[in-house]
Formats: sequence, C-alpha cells, structure tokens
Amino acid sequence: MYDKSKIIPALVIFLGLATYPIWHNTVSGKARYVPKPELPTDKAKKECVEPKTFIRVNHKTLLEDWKFSVVRNGIRTYQASNKKAYTISLNRTCMNCHTDKTKFCDQCHTYMGVTNKCWDCHIYPKQLSPGPLAMRGP
Amino acid sequence: MGLWYAISGILLLIFFVVIGIEGIGLYSLFAIFIPYAAILLFVVGFIYRVLKWASSPVPFHIPTVSGQQKSLPWIKADNINSPYTTGGVVKRLALEILLFRSLLKNEKVEIDAPHRLLFRTSVLLWLGAMAFHWSLLVILLRHLRFFLEPVPSVVVILQRVDSIFQNLLPILYISDLIIVIALAYLFLRRVIYPQVKYISLPSDYFVLLTIAGIALSGVLMRLIFKVDLVQVKEWVMAMLSFRPMPPKGVSLLFYIHLFFVSLLIAYFPLSKLMHMPGIFLSPTKNMRNTSRNDRHINPWNHPVKVHTYEEYEEEFRNPMKEVGLPVEKE
Repeated sequence: MYDKSKIIPALVIFLGLATYPIWHNTVSGKARYVPKPELPTDKAKKECVEPKTFIRVNHKTLLEDWKFSVVRNGIRTYQASNKKAYTISLNRTCMNCHTDKTKFCDQCHTYMGVTNKCWDCHIYPKQLSPGPLAMRGP
Repeated sequence: MGLWYAISGILLLIFFVVIGIEGIGLYSLFAIFIPYAAILLFVVGFIYRVLKWASSPVPFHIPTVSGQQKSLPWIKADNINSPYTTGGVVKRLALEILLFRSLLKNEKVEIDAPHRLLFRTSVLLWLGAMAFHWSLLVILLRHLRFFLEPVPSVVVILQRVDSIFQNLLPILYISDLIIVIALAYLFLRRVIYPQVKYISLPSDYFVLLTIAGIALSGVLMRLIFKVDLVQVKEWVMAMLSFRPMPPKGVSLLFYIHLFFVSLLIAYFPLSKLMHMPGIFLSPTKNMRNTSRNDRHINPWNHPVKVHTYEEYEEEFRNPMKEVGLPVEKE
C-alpha cells in the first residue's frame, strides 16, 4: 500500500463520519429517548377535535386551515369529523386541554428539530398573568 | 437502449417494493435487513475500493497543469493551476471539490459559418452539477434531524434557511426544488444531446433515476402523502442503537424512499459514485508539479545489478594489459 500516512487517517475520518450518529447519541445518552407529550388527565378533555392518527400527522395543516378560515373568511367554528363543532382558537380550544406548551408541543417539536411560527404572534396562556388580558382573543 | 434498461430496472424495483410491502407485508425485510445490509456494504465496499486504489503504484509524475510552472525566480509561477507546494495542491483540490472548476472547462463546439469553428464555454453542465451536489449536501445534512438526538442547532438553522422563502404549509424546501430541477436537467441532457446519449451507459441513467426516485418520493411524502415523522425518528434511533423494529405510521411511499436510499448506498462502492473519494486520489490533481525540481523515482523500480567500468577493469586488468589495451589505473 502506498501513502499509508494519508490513506489511513482519511479512512478513519470516513468511518467516523459514517458512524457519527451512533457516537453522537451515545455521548448524549439519549439513544433510547422517546418524546412523551403529556395528555390531559381530565376525562372531559379526552377527545381531540380529530382522531389521534390524523392529528399526529396533520395538526400543522389543520391549524393553518383554521388561521385562514378565521382571518380570511371570518368563520370561527370548525365542523369536526365527529359531528361536533369547535371554536376555532389556538388558545381557547387547543391550549385549553394541552395547557403546557413545554410538556406537549415542544416534546415532539424539539425531538424533530421543528420550529414553528405559532408563538410569534400568539401568547400561550402560561405566559399571561391572571387578569382581564388572559381572556383576550384567540 | 441503455436508457430503457435503466427505466425498466427502476420500474421493476418499484414493483418489487410494492409487492413486498402491500402484497406480502415483508416489513422487517425492507425496514431492517435491507437498510442494515446496505450500510454494511457501503462502508466495507467503500474502504475496500479505497484500499485497492491505494495499493496500486503511481509510476509517473502526472499532474495536469494549466498554469506557469515554478522555474526561475523572475518568472511568475501559478501555484493554483500548476501547484508546486502542498498548500497549492490543497487550494486546487478544494476549488475542484467545492466549485467543480474543471467542469467550467467544458466547451461547446459549433460551426458558425462554413469554415468557422467556434469554441464556447458551456456553463450549463457546471451549473447543473453545482445545483445538484450542493442541494444533495443540504438535504443530507437536513436529514440528520432523524439521526441525532438532541438535534444540533446547526441542523435546525439550516432547515430555517432552506425554507426561508416559504410562509405556507407544507414547507417546500429550496434545496428540494433545486435538486429536482437539476436532476431533470442532468437526465434530459443524457437523453437529448446525441453525443452525450452515445456515451451514456445504463448505469449512468440508473444512478440518476435512483436519486430522482429518492428525491421525488421524499418531496411527495413532505407535500401530499404525509408520514408520522416522530415515529420515523423513533425507528431510526432504534436502528442506530441496534434494537431494530419496523416503523409505525408510515406508508408505502416511505418504504419506496427507504428502499431506494438503501439501493443507492449499497450500489455506491460498485459504481461511478465512487468519484466522491476518487477525487482525492486522482494523481493528476493531487500531485505537486515539481517534475523539474525533484527527482521522482518509479516505485516499481527494483534494485538493478550493475557492473561498473571500475569493477570491469578491476576484473580484467591483467588480460587487458597483456593485449595492450589502455587502463585507467595501473
């Protein structure tokens, strides 16, 4: 073999890069970490606006549809597939059950490295001090 | 001809996944065994090929140059186009690897008037190659969010930059858009131009179509047939810590995407995709142009048994003297 002093280190770097995820996860100790979004314990709050499998995949487009429905068309009620009507509101409907953003939304979002724009405009309930302001707007 | 081999090969492979998943339900085969085998083939094959290259001697000093060689001090030498230091070699290789400089030397030959030949730089291939390779790199780095926990902020920032023009959902990444256009160009180039078509082999089309299959299935999963990404990452993390299980909450499209990725990386060491390590090992690019300053010895040379005149005279001095031949030493 020629140029051992260059080939061997280069191949070691290649192996390191190819197996990097294994080392990264071992060092962080999170190889077995699974996100656990906290679900509401209250019986009355057990049912989401749509089935869980739909929500897991499509909650983002549902929320966007809601936004357009309110902002562009002024329609503030959502006719769900379970024949119930819900008020279209992130804070008053979604966050009413899933009160804690960090224990619910952020669980999976951080896991997947997702950034969203919801809280650029909305203020989530926990950020508000109790008072008349807390009752304001969607 | 080669084109149809490649297209029917790709269709056959898609058919294979559809039958395997929808028909027989071989989830473990497609989600566990094939990916593991592909990664093993990739790593082992890659190292084998590089070691095989490294074991072949480079007898000749053959850097390709397009600049003034280093000679007399008052002649200005070009250290990038005709590198005479290691730094120059590194600079030239870096420009080649990051910016594909040699593709800019691609020329289009045209006959302008009956007796006028025109040589023009053709930037299109360079542009297509740059667009393809850089967006592939961005896409690969974005996929690290499935492999790393916690996700490094670099990956998150890269995602945000890549989706910077997008305000609506679902997000279409810039790199996704560019790679599809670039792949379409690189493929059509091999179909439309007769000269390029003539030198294209089935494997050339096959690689392009495999990558196109990966890109299109990925984009479709992002835009229309969505999958549960959290469960996909849980599957990846389980695979990485060797507790394999098939993923939940995914569709056939995910299996097609995964199978084509496995196929590509398993095929990698057997194919021209090895240009990735190969660029570092090209003798025409990684040598210094010092053919006048240094003596380069062919590594094949073995010690030759020589018999010098001094030794000859030592051996035959007396007979030489006897017949009256002149000798150097008495």
